[in-house]
Amino acid sequence: MRVTVLDYGLSNLLSVRRAFERLGAGVEVTGEASRIAGAQALVLPGVGAFGDGMRGLAGLGLVEPLRAAAAADIPLLGICLGMQMLFEESDEFGRHAGLGLIPGRVERLDPLDIDGAPQRVPHVGWAPLLPLAGAAGFSGALAGCLPGQECYFVHSYAAKPAQSAHRLADTLYGGRAVCAAAGRGRVLGCQFHPEKSGPVGLAILEGFLRLAGG
Amino acid sequence: MAKKIRLIARLDVKDENLVKGIQLEGLRKLGRPGDFARAYYEAGIDELLYIDIVASLYGRNNLHEILRQTSEDLFIPVTVGGGLRSVEDVRAILQMGADKAAINTAAIRRPGLISEVAAAFGSQCMVLSIQAKRRRTGPGWEAYYDNGREHSGLDVVEWAKRGEALGAGEILLTSVDCEGMQRGMDLALIEAVSRAVSVPVICGGGAGSAADLAAAAKAGADAVAAAALLHYKKATVPALKAGLLAAGVEVRRCG
Repeated sequence: MRVTVLDYGLSNLLSVRRAFERLGAGVEVTGEASRIAGAQALVLPGVGAFGDGMRGLAGLGLVEPLRAAAAADIPLLGICLGMQMLFEESDEFGRHAGLGLIPGRVERLDPLDIDGAPQRVPHVGWAPLLPLAGAAGFSGALAGCLPGQECYFVHSYAAKPAQSAHRLADTLYGGRAVCAAAGRGRVLGCQFHPEKSGPVGLAILEGFLRLAGG
Repeated sequence: MAKKIRLIARLDVKDENLVKGIQLEGLRKLGRPGDFARAYYEAGIDELLYIDIVASLYGRNNLHEILRQTSEDLFIPVTVGGGLRSVEDVRAILQMGADKAAINTAAIRRPGLISEVAAAFGSQCMVLSIQAKRRRTGPGWEAYYDNGREHSGLDVVEWAKRGEALGAGEILLTSVDCEGMQRGMDLALIEAVSRAVSVPVICGGGAGSAADLAAAAKAGADAVAAAALLHYKKATVPALKAGLLAAGVEVRRCG
């Protein structure tokens, strides 16, 4: 399996590369639009602000090729900001359109926890993964993890899938359910960083590779 | 809501060695940092923090090789500090596998750097490192730099607030007075800073037991950095986590 990791200038790509290599996959890191259509599996990493991320993708001409790849059923994994950009739009620093591959919006985390006490935003840290029953599509990528196993999150915003079938797993922050993984068809998004989540994260990346290869 | 805190191993590096001092002075060589980092990863540490402690004196960070080895097979978040003076310095450590940059000296000299790094890589990348020393006369703490040698005149709480406003996504708060003493952390400092900002505060300096870490968490720390405690094998990562849980502080459960 060869994984094509998209480089649009906004990420720690080395860790993503090393994690896939550790799992035996070949990795190509590229910012060239022409490499997307023929990819076996695509990974869209990303940290930082939504608007910057979409500008980065647009500047390299990657937006339409990514939409076409998803339509052609090429497996696509979005990580963190890469996951958020799979959705239709975000409120981060103004309103920005996303790739629109999964219906739904990206909204800021609540500054108050469920008891009404102030909580930290960004949410930085390890939080449990709670796979949702009956989720469709690529949920098999999460099959290797047990409910409650923890992954590493760094985010101020979170996706709200419009359809429950696309919501694959939640986490809890301040007592509230927050979307941790979403999927539609062969498009998968993880709000957490699987490449920074130790053995649990590697098991999820392995699940993505297995499903992408199968 | 009981919040969950992160347990971070702090590895101070000089040349190729893991070192540990007392109040950031009197450094003792302990071995290869990569060996310690791997052992902590396997034992379930939540994050690694590497600081090149002589870098700010020489104006360069020497951790690239250690970082490159770490990112080969340790899949947890890594923060790097020491001698980072520009967006390009930060870009270089991120490309070597770091997730966040901890900046102290250069941010004191030129606070605009905080905003530049946050704009270039996101606030989550920009950790404002503050070395706090209790004022001898009057209340409060003053921010120090160059490993606690130079004083800035800045009030720690005000500097933390300003750092957040400029774009810092986390504060790394080290008590110079308590550092390396293993006699407990400066709880008043932790409380003052964590109340003043809304971004996470990583607290370090002085932990000698799980009870000290639990006290820091209850004073408001979102993450605790342990160094001497781990490096001298006074406690293991699982033992510290068990101690935190027993004290009613949530942590990531390993295994």
